[in-house]
Amino acid sequence: MEIFKYKKPLSLMNKSKRFGLLSITLLILSLGLIIGKGFNYGIDFAGGTLIQVQYKGTAPIEKVREAIDSDASYEGATVTFFGSEDEVVIRTKTSSKALGVDVGDQMRALLQGTGDFEVRRVDMVGAKVGSELREKGLMAMVLAIIGILIYVSFRFEWRFAVASVMALMHDVTIAMGMIVLFNVEVNLDILAALLTILGYSLNDTIIVFDRIREGIRTIKDPDLGAIIDESVTRTLSRTTLTSLTTFFVVLTLYLFGGEIINGFSFTLLVGVIVGTYSSIFVASPILMWLGFSVAGFREKEAEKLKREKEKEKMRAMYENGTL
Amino acid sequence: MKTLNFRVILFIFALIFGVIFSVPSLTQSESGKKITLGLDLQGGLHMLLGVKSEIAIESRIKSMAASVKYIFDDEDIIFDDLRMIEGEKITFELLDKDDVARSKALLKEELEGTVIIEDGMKFSVTMTEEEIERTKQSAIKQAVETIRGRLNEFGLAEPTVAKQGEDKILVEVPGIKTQEDEQRIRELIARAAHLQLMAVDEDRNIRVNTMSLAEAKSYGDVILPDVNSGEKYLLRAIPILDGSMLTDAKVGFDESNQPVINFTLNGQGAKIFGDFTGISVGKRMAVVLDNKVYSAPVINERIGGGRVQISGRFEISEAHDLAIALRSGALLAPVYVMEKRSVGPSLGADSIKASSIALALGFILVVIFMVVYYGMAGIIANVALIGNLFLILAIMSLFGATLTLPGMAGIVLTVGMAVDANVIISERIRELLHEGKSVAKSIENGYSNAFTAIWDANVTTLIAATVLYAYGTGAIKGFALTMSIGIMASMLTAIVGTHGIYQWLLPKIDKNKLGLWFGIRTGGAK
Repeated sequence: MEIFKYKKPLSLMNKSKRFGLLSITLLILSLGLIIGKGFNYGIDFAGGTLIQVQYKGTAPIEKVREAIDSDASYEGATVTFFGSEDEVVIRTKTSSKALGVDVGDQMRALLQGTGDFEVRRVDMVGAKVGSELREKGLMAMVLAIIGILIYVSFRFEWRFAVASVMALMHDVTIAMGMIVLFNVEVNLDILAALLTILGYSLNDTIIVFDRIREGIRTIKDPDLGAIIDESVTRTLSRTTLTSLTTFFVVLTLYLFGGEIINGFSFTLLVGVIVGTYSSIFVASPILMWLGFSVAGFREKEAEKLKREKEKEKMRAMYENGTL
Repeated sequence: MKTLNFRVILFIFALIFGVIFSVPSLTQSESGKKITLGLDLQGGLHMLLGVKSEIAIESRIKSMAASVKYIFDDEDIIFDDLRMIEGEKITFELLDKDDVARSKALLKEELEGTVIIEDGMKFSVTMTEEEIERTKQSAIKQAVETIRGRLNEFGLAEPTVAKQGEDKILVEVPGIKTQEDEQRIRELIARAAHLQLMAVDEDRNIRVNTMSLAEAKSYGDVILPDVNSGEKYLLRAIPILDGSMLTDAKVGFDESNQPVINFTLNGQGAKIFGDFTGISVGKRMAVVLDNKVYSAPVINERIGGGRVQISGRFEISEAHDLAIALRSGALLAPVYVMEKRSVGPSLGADSIKASSIALALGFILVVIFMVVYYGMAGIIANVALIGNLFLILAIMSLFGATLTLPGMAGIVLTVGMAVDANVIISERIRELLHEGKSVAKSIENGYSNAFTAIWDANVTTLIAATVLYAYGTGAIKGFALTMSIGIMASMLTAIVGTHGIYQWLLPKIDKNKLGLWFGIRTGGAK
């Protein structure tokens, strides 16, 4: 079966302004959401206690709320269904430090009499740990980006590195915007998902860039726009196919992976879509706007080749004992 | 048919390796290295403990005070007004001018890591900066060992206790079944088990119920309650001796068959204890554990041999836990919970089930898709994919890696991404076939053209995964690990393995049946 059979290059670069506009609009909307509404930090980052309780049969959510409201120290605690009708999650900002006094134990005592239940999970994170985790997460992002910048600059050219990182930030920002929009609770696994998007989208971009790099060497046309059009078109079927297989898998994870992994797979779903879009329509135009010069690159490549040839010649001469 | 080439042989070896070493994990057999399930999958207790190291400093100062008293009494140096100030230093005053030089020399010799300041006959002793730091560090180290010792003695399966970061302790206890067990473990960990034998201040004890804490402090005393009755005692703040001189603690029974704890003191402790009881006949001595008085018997005679008993109306399990705590030593610094996650076994099982279903479904979808789209090339890619899965499991088993829920997600994602290399390669091969190249040439050039793209893409993803591993905690680490292993395994299976299979099958590939082999209709060799 063949869906994307290569016939002639799509004229993507002509339309790059339109995609640019779309991306910028999405970015502004996302940033607006992130700054205006802000993340819904879960207990991993904000600190607090989360208790997951499973009832035999439908959970008496009103009774649970009443029971918890009866204790003034749990003011502001929220009770919501979790995945199914028989499970609820109670979230509170309270976190106990002393080993003897456990919020989980207290909650269990409070819930006595609301029905036949089993406490399935108690997560408690102190505020200090939360802020530490947040800092570490941000640090991880920054370091990953620096590492990528260095590697891509080394393997391609600095403009490729900057363009790929800009595409990354584009993807991650939009994914974060969606997280805020859909009020997904931001926990450690969401951070992991964002970092995965980083890796995934990069993967996609690099494969397109690799084709462009190859195109610069093999395509006679000195116009970068034409080279990009041809390279993107030639990788189009791979980009779409891989995205599709990944999308399948993430979708099954989202649909069947259970409530705990829901936020994670949601974030990945968004990431796969945005990442695919950006590697086709966003990353390459940035390359063009950064003023990448085909002639300059060819010259450098030629010089590199020349130097390598010379080295080889020297080595050969040395080995033959003529030096 | 062409003989097997090195690529296929390598792939077959990898496959055999993968299958052999993933079997123990898949069947959960007793023998062989296998993947440990993370606490989120098997249930258990995860705690991050903070250490109050300033308390360790304070108790160090306190024991310095006890030493000063002991040394001076031993050397017949008369002194007065020995007290501890704000947990930072001790001060005292000598009464005889002739003792100053000798005292200084003695203190220098006996008290390591201290700064001794004298002002006439008034002395003050503080710890040096390095000594404070050293004490903090050793308190954390000691806490890790103590907690580990206690959990091991409790008889739990494979608890993990490790120092994390500068001043935190990570405790992971898998397989806790009930809330009661969890609570008991928490209490066992938290128990300071700080044993002190203290003299009752008999002169002023009558007024203890009306005395303020500040007043008690001004006499160098503390007020502590009885563990059962709540009755208050006025005790000398500087203990006769503490748990550091204890060598053993066991549960025993007294005359009325009540559980008691018998403990034995080391040589120095026994001597101090003997000397003290010798001069204090008729007075009371309090057995204090974690700042609660368990008993305060009247001393009838000098007690030698260093055997002491705590009675305190214990439950038998309580006495048992207490003996464990005493035996494994006191926590020099108390710990507190910074993070606690407990997962019930049923939730863990549900999580495994849900993500296994997702994994299986995603896998089947990808496999079907590849066959439909690429024909035989798709089947070859699927063989590589299966090899990849086994390799991930095998490598994780060999490392004894922990599989967490995000780790399972990592595997699911790897399945989606592992076919990527084969998609790139197949697309390249198709391109060349469309251009009219021969099958052999299309395969060879397809691989070499695709290689740089796959390599660069995988290395950059690995960079991101490495950072994730270095900075992540627990679950994130697990995710980064499975993803890295998956990427590396896919390089072997998807690039080397499939290439070998193509080379091996090459004579069989019919250039007129490219639809069957590569899923394309037109083109082919002209």
